[in-house]
Amino acid sequence: MSNRQFKMVTCTINGKERTAMVDVRASLTDMLRNDYSLTSVKKGCEVGECGACAVIIDGECFNSCIYMAIWADGKNITTLEGLTGPKGELSDLQQAFVDETAIQCGFCTPGFILEAETILQKGKIYTDDELRKLLSGHLCRCTGYDNILRAVRKTMYRRQGLPIPPEEDGEER
Amino acid sequence: MYDIKAMYEASSVADAVKLRQQHPEAVILAGGSDVLIKIREGKLAGREMISIYGLDELRGVHLEEDGTLVIGSLTSFSHITADPLIQEHIGVLGEAVDMVGGPQIRAIGTIGGNTCNGVTSADSASTLFAWDAQIELTGPDGVRILPIAQFYLGAGKTDIRPGEIQTSIRIPKKSYEGYKGFYIKYGMRRAMEIATTGCSVNVKLSDDKKTLEDLRIGFGVAAPVPIRAVKTEEKFRKAALSADLADQIGEAVLEDVTPRDSWRASKDLRLHLCQTLAKDAFCEAVKRSGGELA
Amino acid sequence: MKIGQSIPRVDSYDKATGRTKYTDDLCDQNALVAKILHANVAHAIVKSVDTSEAEDMPGVIGVFTCFDVPECTFPTAGHPWSTVESHQDVMDRHLLTKHVRYYGDDVAAVVAEDEVSAVRALEKIHVEYEVLPFVLDVQEAMKDGAPQLHERFKNNILAHTDIRRGNLAEAIKEPGLTRIEGWYDTPTVQHCHIENACCYAYMENGRVNVVASTQIPHITRRCIGQALGIDWGMVRLVKPYIGGGFGDKQDALYEPLCAWLSMQVGGRLVKLECTREETFQNCRVRHAIRYHLISWVRKDGTLVGRKLECYSNQGAYASHGHGVCAKGMNAVPQIYPCPNIECDSWTVFTNRQVAGAMRGYGMPQVTFALESHVDDICQALGLDPLEYRRKTTMPLGYVDAFSKNELYSDSFNQTLDVGSAYIEYEKKRKEYSHQTGRFRRGVGLSVFWYNTAVWPISLETSACRMVMNQDGSIQLQVGETEIGQGADTAFAQMAAETLGISIDKVHVVSCQDTDVTPYGTGAYASRQTYAAGMAVRGCAEAFKQHILEVAFPYTRMQPYLMDIVDDQIIRTTDGRVLMSLGDLAKQKLYDLENCEHLTMEKTAQLKTNAYSFGCGFAEVEVDLEMCQVKVLKLINVHDAGTLVNPALARAQVQGGMSMGLGYALSEKMLYDEKTGRLLNGNLLDYKLSTTMDHPHLEARFVQNAEPTSAYGTKALGEPPVLPVAPAVRNAILQATGVGLDELPMRPHLLYEKFKEAHLI
Repeated sequence: MSNRQFKMVTCTINGKERTAMVDVRASLTDMLRNDYSLTSVKKGCEVGECGACAVIIDGECFNSCIYMAIWADGKNITTLEGLTGPKGELSDLQQAFVDETAIQCGFCTPGFILEAETILQKGKIYTDDELRKLLSGHLCRCTGYDNILRAVRKTMYRRQGLPIPPEEDGEER
Repeated sequence: MYDIKAMYEASSVADAVKLRQQHPEAVILAGGSDVLIKIREGKLAGREMISIYGLDELRGVHLEEDGTLVIGSLTSFSHITADPLIQEHIGVLGEAVDMVGGPQIRAIGTIGGNTCNGVTSADSASTLFAWDAQIELTGPDGVRILPIAQFYLGAGKTDIRPGEIQTSIRIPKKSYEGYKGFYIKYGMRRAMEIATTGCSVNVKLSDDKKTLEDLRIGFGVAAPVPIRAVKTEEKFRKAALSADLADQIGEAVLEDVTPRDSWRASKDLRLHLCQTLAKDAFCEAVKRSGGELA
Repeated sequence: MKIGQSIPRVDSYDKATGRTKYTDDLCDQNALVAKILHANVAHAIVKSVDTSEAEDMPGVIGVFTCFDVPECTFPTAGHPWSTVESHQDVMDRHLLTKHVRYYGDDVAAVVAEDEVSAVRALEKIHVEYEVLPFVLDVQEAMKDGAPQLHERFKNNILAHTDIRRGNLAEAIKEPGLTRIEGWYDTPTVQHCHIENACCYAYMENGRVNVVASTQIPHITRRCIGQALGIDWGMVRLVKPYIGGGFGDKQDALYEPLCAWLSMQVGGRLVKLECTREETFQNCRVRHAIRYHLISWVRKDGTLVGRKLECYSNQGAYASHGHGVCAKGMNAVPQIYPCPNIECDSWTVFTNRQVAGAMRGYGMPQVTFALESHVDDICQALGLDPLEYRRKTTMPLGYVDAFSKNELYSDSFNQTLDVGSAYIEYEKKRKEYSHQTGRFRRGVGLSVFWYNTAVWPISLETSACRMVMNQDGSIQLQVGETEIGQGADTAFAQMAAETLGISIDKVHVVSCQDTDVTPYGTGAYASRQTYAAGMAVRGCAEAFKQHILEVAFPYTRMQPYLMDIVDDQIIRTTDGRVLMSLGDLAKQKLYDLENCEHLTMEKTAQLKTNAYSFGCGFAEVEVDLEMCQVKVLKLINVHDAGTLVNPALARAQVQGGMSMGLGYALSEKMLYDEKTGRLLNGNLLDYKLSTTMDHPHLEARFVQNAEPTSAYGTKALGEPPVLPVAPAVRNAILQATGVGLDELPMRPHLLYEKFKEAHLI
């Protein structure tokens, strides 16, 4: 493979500027996992169907498996590692995933939390149906999504400083 | 790691055109949500790529002086949906592309890619057909603009000539002024789905909201390429709104559509869906225009 | 009480921060990559394989074919081994095969420096096939003259079992009986754990080490030994956290091949990671089973006779085999006792994906058939489906002759009470009884039944080890695996409960390593809290006794006067705290005269099994013209005995209901009739439910403590899938009058059936 092609990619990852020589054939998943050991970025399909590899790029959530690493040059990227505080503090959203039993095998969890973070950063209140749509690019086989939805919903109200209304279709708990 | 032979990154439209001439066999990589998957599948493995993803000049929506709405080819679905000009003038396009895949796909997928890959199921295509959109291509000899219906040459084949890239999609003012539309995507689930059939209907009502001044019906997966229900449109243009008009239109589109049997759905089911979707989308479009089908 | 508390999962912090390491996260990046050449024909004999061109490709370390692998055959099923030959799993596998039995079967493998090189080399392998006719349909495969998959199984029949009770032929002569007959068909579906199957292997000190995403570490180790023809002790298997299994990983998948490939390249590190497409094509699937049910009933609904035929599509290899179909058949006369029955079930090889274990193990299939059939009976006789079930399901005190399982509580009626109240069954049943127009609503229900663990079908055992640290905390090890369901958390609660220590003093060693983890068969059969629960309790009871004996010299109190409460050694007579457990552990470990490392290990052997029961209710709205079903409300009610952790229990039930909804409405593996190729083996074309395809999933419980269980628990992991599809089906029946007898009830089917019924 004498003619392998590389590109210097400089980007901000979880708040820190990083640079690496990247194989132009690499996906962003490859770069984050292999060059930066950010193994919260999971591989579930590698063709953009499951959402396990999702990361935040400049405020929007992308499937890193179908995003070329070379495109990351100059971008601001957040992985789940970046949501956790410097001393390992959980964000309110991560804590809600723990409290609401929204995690089972944990493989889809990083993608869901990052997607939810981009949703909540809009600072709006969404209906359950809207939240379902905004989260619909992530597949989970363990939870049936109910608890994930509840964790996102509760955090959404808490961030707005609003009381959490009873669920539209669930029992009170 | 993708099996890519070589990667050429375009730095400008002119550079992209040059790269296209230098590497005529290379595949154009826009958002990648289609091309990269074909590399994984092996269909495009080992090929040269020209990445145009970095061309920010092809992103965004603006109005030209004559009112033509111009959508840069690399504008992502999520940005189209969120764009105020789209919402004001052709909101249904924003709604249609908001049904593509899931949120992350809508963040990366581009309207240019969605049209250039030439598939009949593209969620943007039937709506762009309904809006009489035009395709702008830039090549070594400059800019070429053609109606979207001419851009599609066959299943998976579009009229992109050597050296060209698609640079924008244009919707003339006369196409959208006074029109309201509605798109229905029929799928086997409500997200992460390719349309089994899609139907986009635009209507323009008379000032008194009693007559159908104009009607445009676009279909996806009703033929090898996106189509317009031309016969139906002609038949019902200037028709008076009435209680059974929607049913008549639903029936009439069966003359226009030619869906096929595939493992995804039978021809019969698709025909039935074309009828139902046209009917429902027409009703909603009339409602949006302030009309009543009583 | 530690049992019954909804504490957060013990692994939730790590999972919420993304620190949890799964197989691929642990593998060194310099690993060689193995890729498999899958056959592009459904049935063939490999005449020759030309690897010369592939071997010369850059980056290629080795190319191996079906002509290179060991001659010995091996089984893959995640069953405990049996020393009785007739009970052993069928050994019909080679690491790579000369006889291709399904489209995608494994013919050759490449080990290369990296993935791209490996995939490119695969394209340069040239295989010459003698192509044979193939068969996909189960009943076609049984016919004389059908293509034969395995020489020793005539007519492709892997097994046939039956049940005969009473005298059906005589009984149905009774005048006035109504005969209800139906065929019910269930599809091939896949588990779709989000982490694909993945493993890596390397050699160390002459032994082969395999790290794998598996539910069954000890069993997989044995299968690797069998496949490679080496002593089982020469294999070490390590199971880290896994991203879901649902039964797919209750099978030896590619671990044996990966181990062998590593050994072929001098024990170098080799990774074998399935793509999503390979997970669909080359791992396991749920058996598609076709049922033929005939019932003879009196006007009041009394069941006089029943005939059942089950045709189970095994696919290309035996894997879990007949156990899946037989479990369903055996359930039928227990759920609805009937004096005169004739049941037959056949498990049949076809040229399809290999069917193995999948959440519910034959029960989602038979529950769909049986509970659809029950509503068909009600429809024919004009009986209310809820009342009918209350009258005819297994009565209180019922004992099964074979398993000795007993119905100790009125679980069916109690769960039906909860479910019908939630869905407002009577009110809505009435409200929806006469509808016209495009949109129609209906409510429907299904009961379900599930055995816990595998006794007396096979060995049922679990072993537990506890090791005490100097602070009075313990490490707990069992062979039963955390696969996402929350087993580690439940074990921590159990151990804390019995030992008298706080939950945070129990450190469950989540990773199983066959070199150090006590023997346990793994995660399957909804057996974790029941079987491992017995091991945990047995070990904890003995450990506590031992600790109290050890405490004597330090406290001067007789062991029977002491207990452990809240991490303290107390005197039971007056409750006085004598010393902390931590002090005792420290004193004892560093005792200059009589030191001891405090540890306990116990094996539990089970000779019981437990019935787990419940029901599901669905309310649907059908859009006739769109041929679509919208589930408005859905509830499962379970009597799974005592809940160790109600929040986790609810979460697990919701997950199962979700899988049930996919089974009901959208999931199906589709085949090209011309080539036998799987058409939709990816997450786009295979319609797993998304967040938008669900209503709220209501999970409720009735808790009748199971008398035979160490902590009152019984099966919960698998049963949630069972009632969903039949409840939805029966709701559609009420809404439209159309009884759908095939899954999934997707628009394609609805269109055909609604047209037949002149609804559209």
